[in-house]
Amino acid sequence: MARTEIKIGGFGGQGVILSGYIIGRAASIFDSKHATMIQAFGPEARGSACSAQVIVSNEPVAYPYITTPSLMVVMSQEAYTKFSPELAEGGTLITEEELVNPTNLRKDLKHYSIPATRIAEELGKKMVLNIVMMGFFTAMTGAVGREAMEEAVKVSVPKGTEELNLNAFKRGYEYGLSLQKK
Amino acid sequence: MATADPIGVLTGAHFIDGDHACSEGAIAAGCRFVAGYPITPSTEVVERIAERFPFVGGVFIQMEDEIASSIAIQGAAWAGKKTMTVTSGPGFSLMMEHIGLAAMTETPLVLVDVQRAGPSTGLPTMPAQGDMMQARWGSHGDYGIIALCPNSPQECFDLTIKAFNLAEQYRVPVLFMMDECVGHMIERVVIPSADKIEVTPRRMHTGSKEEYLAFAPKADLVPDMVKAGDGYHMHVTGLTHDEKGYPNMTVGTQARLVRRLVDKIKLNAEKIVDYREDGVEGADIVVVTYGITSRTALPAIEQARSEGLKVGHLRLVVAWPFPEKRIRELSSKVKAFVVPELNFGQMTLEVERCAAGRANTVCVPHAGGTVHNPKDIYEAIRDSVKGAK
Repeated sequence: MARTEIKIGGFGGQGVILSGYIIGRAASIFDSKHATMIQAFGPEARGSACSAQVIVSNEPVAYPYITTPSLMVVMSQEAYTKFSPELAEGGTLITEEELVNPTNLRKDLKHYSIPATRIAEELGKKMVLNIVMMGFFTAMTGAVGREAMEEAVKVSVPKGTEELNLNAFKRGYEYGLSLQKK
Repeated sequence: MATADPIGVLTGAHFIDGDHACSEGAIAAGCRFVAGYPITPSTEVVERIAERFPFVGGVFIQMEDEIASSIAIQGAAWAGKKTMTVTSGPGFSLMMEHIGLAAMTETPLVLVDVQRAGPSTGLPTMPAQGDMMQARWGSHGDYGIIALCPNSPQECFDLTIKAFNLAEQYRVPVLFMMDECVGHMIERVVIPSADKIEVTPRRMHTGSKEEYLAFAPKADLVPDMVKAGDGYHMHVTGLTHDEKGYPNMTVGTQARLVRRLVDKIKLNAEKIVDYREDGVEGADIVVVTYGITSRTALPAIEQARSEGLKVGHLRLVVAWPFPEKRIRELSSKVKAFVVPELNFGQMTLEVERCAAGRANTVCVPHAGGTVHNPKDIYEAIRDSVKGAK
C-alpha cells in the first residue's frame, strides 16, 4: 500500500485523537507498516471541531503532514462542514449517521454512515462511539487489518474497559460487513 | 562498554511522540535529575519525566522559572547526577547565561529545546528552527558546544542517549535541538534491551586526594571530574580559573582556559560530527538539511532526481560542531548547496562560509508555523544551478 492519508474529525472529547492513535498504532506496531500521526493542538483540540491526521504507508513516511486525505472519518456536523472539502477526488467519507447530515455531499465521494452512537448506547456506554466507528472504518476501508486494529484497541483503551471496547469494535465491524452484503 | 541500567529501559515497540521518546532516551541514558519550567511544545517531555522518575529513583522538580531550572541541574551534576532541563524558545533565551556557566565550569548536562516559532512568544504550538545560531553563540564569551537535531521520535530516543554520552565524554552542555513538528509527531519507537544501549559513564578522577587538580586536562583536553562530598578539594566558579579551580584572573590563565574550552570541541570535531549522506558522490547539487527539513526535503529531492538532476542529500545529525571539512571538500565538487530551514538562513551561513564562493549557496527560508511545502524546495533545487559557475 502506498502512502494513505487519513483524517479523523469530531468535537473535543469524542475520542478523535484516540481513534487516530489506534489506527497509527495498529499499522506501525501490529501490522508491520509505517505510520505517522499528527494531532491538532491549540483551542480546537479542546471543544470545537478537532482532528487527528494519520499517514499509513509501506514505506517510511517522509513528509509528516497530510495534504489531501483519501480516507476521512467524521463524527460531528461542524467537522463535516470544516474538513470534508479536503477529501481527495474519489475519497472515502465515513460519518456518524445521527450526528452528521451530509448536506451537499460531493458526488465523487464514496460515503458510508453508521448509527454508532445508538450502537454504543446499546452496549451501555455512549463513550465507545469512537471505537464503533473504528470497527466500521476497518470493515469499509481495509486500510489496516482487523487483528492489528483489535490489538491496538486492547492496549490503548483504559484498563478494565478492554472487553467493552472490543465489543464496540466488533459491532462496528459487523455493521460494515452487513452493509457490504446488501 | 558500559550499558544502560535496565530499571529505566522500556524495551519494546511503542507508538509515542518525540517529546515522550526524548524522556525515555534520558531515562535510558541514566538521567536521574531533571529541573524544568514546562513550556509548550516541550511540556510532554517533563510530564513523562515527572510520571516515570519515581519508579526509577529520579528526582524531578518543577522550578519557578527557566533560570532556576538551568542552574539547579548544574548543582545536581556536581553532586554526581546525570541531568537535563527542557524548554522552548522563550525559556531557551532565559537559560543562555547558564549555558555559559556550564561551558566555563565544564559541567556535563543536556538542555532540550523543542523549537517553536519566534521571536519572543511567537507561535507556541507551531514549529520553527530559529534557535540554531543561538545554540552556537547564545551565551557571552568563547566556548565550544555540541548540538544535535533529531528528525523523528525514534531519533528523539536514540540521540538523547547520544547527547548524554557526548556531555559526559567532553564535559560540555549538549543542546538537543528538536522542533514542534518532531516533538508532537507520533511514530513507532523501538527501545532495545538495556544491554544493547551504550552509556558513557562520568569520567571520574580516582587518584589521590592530595594531587587532584579539578581542571587539569587529559590528553583529549578534557579534565576528569569528582563528586561533591567525596573528600576532594573542589572549587567551581564562573570566573576565569586555574587548574585547581580557583579564580585566577590573568591574561595567561584566560588564554589557556578559554583556548582549551574552544579546542576540546574544535580538535575533537571530526569525532563528534555526525551527518548522513545519500547520493552525494557525483552530485551537482547537495541539499543540506537537519531536523524536520530532512524529511520535507525528500519529496523535492525525489522529484528533481526524476527529472534528471544530480541531487545529493546531506543531513546534519550533529549541527554543532559543524562538519566544516566535509562541506569544504564538497564545495569544490558540486555546483550548489541548497539549504531549507525553518528560519531565514542560519545554518545556511555556515554552509556559505565553508563553500567560500566555490559553490552557490541557496537558502530556502521559512518563517515557521508549519513545515516547507516540498514544491518550494524543489524549485530552489531546480533554480540553484542557474547562473552557477
